[in-house]
Amino acid sequence: MFDALRKLFGSEKESSKQIAARRLQLVLVHDRASVSPEIMDKLREEIIGVISKYMDINRENMDISLANGDNDNSVALVANIPVSRMKHGK
Amino acid sequence: MSENKKHAEIVVITSGKGGVGKTTTTANIGVGLAMRDMKVALIDTDTGLRNLDLLLGLENRIMYDLVDVTEGRVPYKKALVPHKKFRNLFLLPTSQVKDKSSVNPDALMKLCDEMRSEFDYILIDCPAGIEQGFQTAIAGADCAIVVTMPEISAVRDADKIIGELGRADKDNIKLIVNRIRPQMVEQGDMLDMKDINDILSITCIGQVPDDEKVVTSTNRGEPVIMTEDSLAGRAYKNIVRRILGEDVEFMDLHKDTFLRRIKRAFGMN
Ligand SMILES: Nc1ncnc2c1ncn2[C@@H]1O[C@H](COP(=O)(O)OP(=O)(O)OP(=O)(O)O)[C@@H](O)[C@H]1O
Ligand SMILES: [Mg+2]
Repeated sequence: MFDALRKLFGSEKESSKQIAARRLQLVLVHDRASVSPEIMDKLREEIIGVISKYMDINRENMDISLANGDNDNSVALVANIPVSRMKHGK
Repeated sequence: MSENKKHAEIVVITSGKGGVGKTTTTANIGVGLAMRDMKVALIDTDTGLRNLDLLLGLENRIMYDLVDVTEGRVPYKKALVPHKKFRNLFLLPTSQVKDKSSVNPDALMKLCDEMRSEFDYILIDCPAGIEQGFQTAIAGADCAIVVTMPEISAVRDADKIIGELGRADKDNIKLIVNRIRPQMVEQGDMLDMKDINDILSITCIGQVPDDEKVVTSTNRGEPVIMTEDSLAGRAYKNIVRRILGEDVEFMDLHKDTFLRRIKRAFGMN
């Protein structure tokens, strides 16, 4: 409704409330992604546990971390896990 | 005593950011529940910054405080201050000592468990921040009410608090948006309840307007919910009804502004 009015009067300016909402959406994505080191360690161990069932992995060179996703609004869990040997399928 | 054993619901009122209205909310919901014949205890855990007594007009009746109880000097019943008007409403005041760690989470949890069988509701007024005082205040709670304001930093802090509550396995969380200024919302210059709801994804049980009557009623030591004709008082009454499980529509905070009348005149509203 308000947008319609604004267009009608030719002002395309974003209202301060829209700016606030947009800034909040963004900052919260990053706030929420700041996971504690303990949780990251636990996550890492559990991922290693699962993957090790199927393949031998090189723990020294693996890297699991949170990074910005493709668009501003997303966060991705990025895992780089070198595989040294596949196990035999059963 | 012939009274049936009760099983209180223990609610912590928290916010992260300071000054958004935790204590005001605690006092009003407390009075509101007591008006509905509930037996209510309010525990002030903002150690060193005693306020809830003032809002309730009980500052001259305090004999003992929370630290006296948790350190075993007096039983809690001796420290409870009954309200002057609502005899089923009681305040357990906080201590004015400076040491914030004087009450630990275990002690408060033990106290809550002890009090549970005597009350219908126990409301805990939490200090600002996320340090030890916050951890203590939430320890014994079954559920939490997060108070925030339509302002970017208050909403961000509320989100932080919601995260902290989740980490403490407190998953029953409700939101109250306080100090809404309808005219600014109307102009597109203030977040409204729906915006904040979308951002935080927490069930909202109330929106309270910014209302001068909150100040005048605080001056008198009578929470605004006791005054008949105030918008904020009505908002708090609705919150109390929702807490009691009633399905209440959200009221329209918008006064009849000029813009609104124009829109209506053009059939746009
Ligand atoms: N809806 C309202 N309309 C107008 N004033 C309000 C409203 N709610 C709270 N206030 C005022 O805002 C101030 C802060 O409120 P209150 O003490 O309840 O906040 P608080 O979150 O408990 O603060 P603290 O973090 O310091 O404990 C008080 O002066 C109070 O009167
Ligand atoms: Mg307070």
